[in-house]
Amino acid sequence: METPPPSSAPPPPTTPAPKAPAALAKVFDKPRAVSGVKRREIPKGVWIRCNGCDEMITCKELNESLRVCPRCRFHFPARARDRVAWLADSGTFEEKDVALSPVDALGFRGAVSYAPKLRANQKKTGLKDAIVTGFCAIEGRRVGLAVMDFEFLGGSMGSVVGEKITRTIEGATRAKLPVILICASGGARMYEGMLSLMQMAKTSAALARHARARLACVNVLTNPTMAGVMASFGSLGDVILAEPKARIGFAGARVIRETTREELPEGFQTAEFLLEHGLIDLIVHRRDLKATLARILNFTSRVRCRARRA
Amino acid sequence: MKSYQFEFERPLAELERRIEEMRAQAQAGKVNLTAEIAGVERRLAAERQQIYTNLNAWQRVQISRHPRRPYFLDYVSRLFEDFTELHGDRIHADDQALIGGFATFHDGKTVRRVMALGHQKGHDTKENLRRNFGMAHPEGYRKALRLMRMADRFDLPILCFIDTPGAYPGVEAEERHVAEAIAVNLREMTDLRVPIIATVIGEGGSGGALGIGIADRVLILENAYYSVISPEGCAAILWKDRAHAPAAAEALRCSARDLLQAKLVDEIIPEPLGGAHQDAAAVAQALKAALAAHLTELSRWSPSRLLETRYRRYRSVGVVESGVASRTARPRRKPRSTRTRR
Repeated sequence: METPPPSSAPPPPTTPAPKAPAALAKVFDKPRAVSGVKRREIPKGVWIRCNGCDEMITCKELNESLRVCPRCRFHFPARARDRVAWLADSGTFEEKDVALSPVDALGFRGAVSYAPKLRANQKKTGLKDAIVTGFCAIEGRRVGLAVMDFEFLGGSMGSVVGEKITRTIEGATRAKLPVILICASGGARMYEGMLSLMQMAKTSAALARHARARLACVNVLTNPTMAGVMASFGSLGDVILAEPKARIGFAGARVIRETTREELPEGFQTAEFLLEHGLIDLIVHRRDLKATLARILNFTSRVRCRARRA
Repeated sequence: MKSYQFEFERPLAELERRIEEMRAQAQAGKVNLTAEIAGVERRLAAERQQIYTNLNAWQRVQISRHPRRPYFLDYVSRLFEDFTELHGDRIHADDQALIGGFATFHDGKTVRRVMALGHQKGHDTKENLRRNFGMAHPEGYRKALRLMRMADRFDLPILCFIDTPGAYPGVEAEERHVAEAIAVNLREMTDLRVPIIATVIGEGGSGGALGIGIADRVLILENAYYSVISPEGCAAILWKDRAHAPAAAEALRCSARDLLQAKLVDEIIPEPLGGAHQDAAAVAQALKAALAAHLTELSRWSPSRLLETRYRRYRSVGVVESGVASRTARPRRKPRSTRTRR
């Protein structure tokens, strides 16, 4: 199920502002974060208000700090290609299936139709669909890497996302490599109907074979990872990491509130909540992610184990 | 209970009311209205035919939720002998919304020991509360996996019966990690070395349905639906109004016929005119014959053939465009043969 954008508990992800010419930055003095200042008065692309501490940060500063607020450590949403650049050793990423594109197989017509929605999102993100996959090295360790992009239709999983993840897992199985799956998704993509739901089965089946080959899967859950993605590959990692305050769960908070008519507990469905309940392994600051992954790969890389045994 | 529930059945209710009136008149006034009554009855029959053979997606969704629709246990009693329910996930609780156990399946020729499991709804409020309206918690999915693993060890084919609006959306379900419970089932079911047949008997609600839905054959009742999201949920997101559920049901292509066309299910089990609740025995009989045929075929397959075919079944789902002059897009390879687990 596709869940509507995050509601109240963790702050909603802000649309990353496009980069503006540097000259523009000089034109504006730093606006004060006075309450009552409307969001749209802030010049786009230069300053951005942090959803965590409500302070103003320059976009440049934010991008230099991996889109984490330097003051309160709020993790802003990040684009798939940025994440690849942050994680992969420079020059090692070979992207796969770049041209694989979604198809409006159902001819989905509704208040919002699929075909124009796809075009708009492709234009907005420069991606064919909500994912970037390939193979790379992380501090010298080869891995299969799939990174979801929430900017593209809420990171929803349709045929392309399912297919690219499955190909990455299968490729990693053949090459005896671990896979790193970086999740950011509202769930299955309803515009592709049951084809989307079946991607849950497809990716999980591929992970079954990967696991049977005694290879590791590491998940990184980012804000948000919900529903169909959580109920398939998102929960199947041998090691599951999450970014601070990421919203993670199965059903959307609104649906739960409406069904149960109960107040939701403080911090419900946040990474911290999941850690406390024993559902994930670690919460990792984005800055430490690469080193943490490398450390986990030290213990779970098949190639090294073989070498040691020989 | 009213025999007609839905708006689209109103003409039938009207005609039936008229027949009853005329009968009462005839009796009271001692007039002979036999011919008139017969005429209206003919109209009723024609109208029934007309309405029920032209159901749209939303009308079928409504029928799949009919309060008198046969549920899992209504089929169990008609399909199996000596169903022995097994309880609990061994960790937390016994989920009464998703139940299962040993059963003997006797199709007239062969007697088979099977593992039968399915979502269970209630026919009245009291039972519905116990069954949580067929919405399972994580412990339901974990119990199902426990039973399926046992079936794998004792070579019992697995018959799953899907009928759920979805997994229960609740705080405790999240705390006990319902997403993981479903995900693990998806992964583990691809590895079970016995035949699995899943039948959607009512509602196939998203992940909650798929959580016991990985199978070698997927059957669906004529008026059942199987969808990535409920029509109401889809309407709430896309139209910002649940009242647009009929349009959403159409757009989602979640009816039996659409799913067969998309090759996402293998066979449609016909229902009597008006829905399965009109004649549960007849539906059970048709279902029994279909299950028997598929079981006969699948039981001849070796475990490795089952696993390989099941993997390919799910591997091949999805419609993508490989794009022009794609250097990196690899042609789809045949998955390598499975390795045995033990």
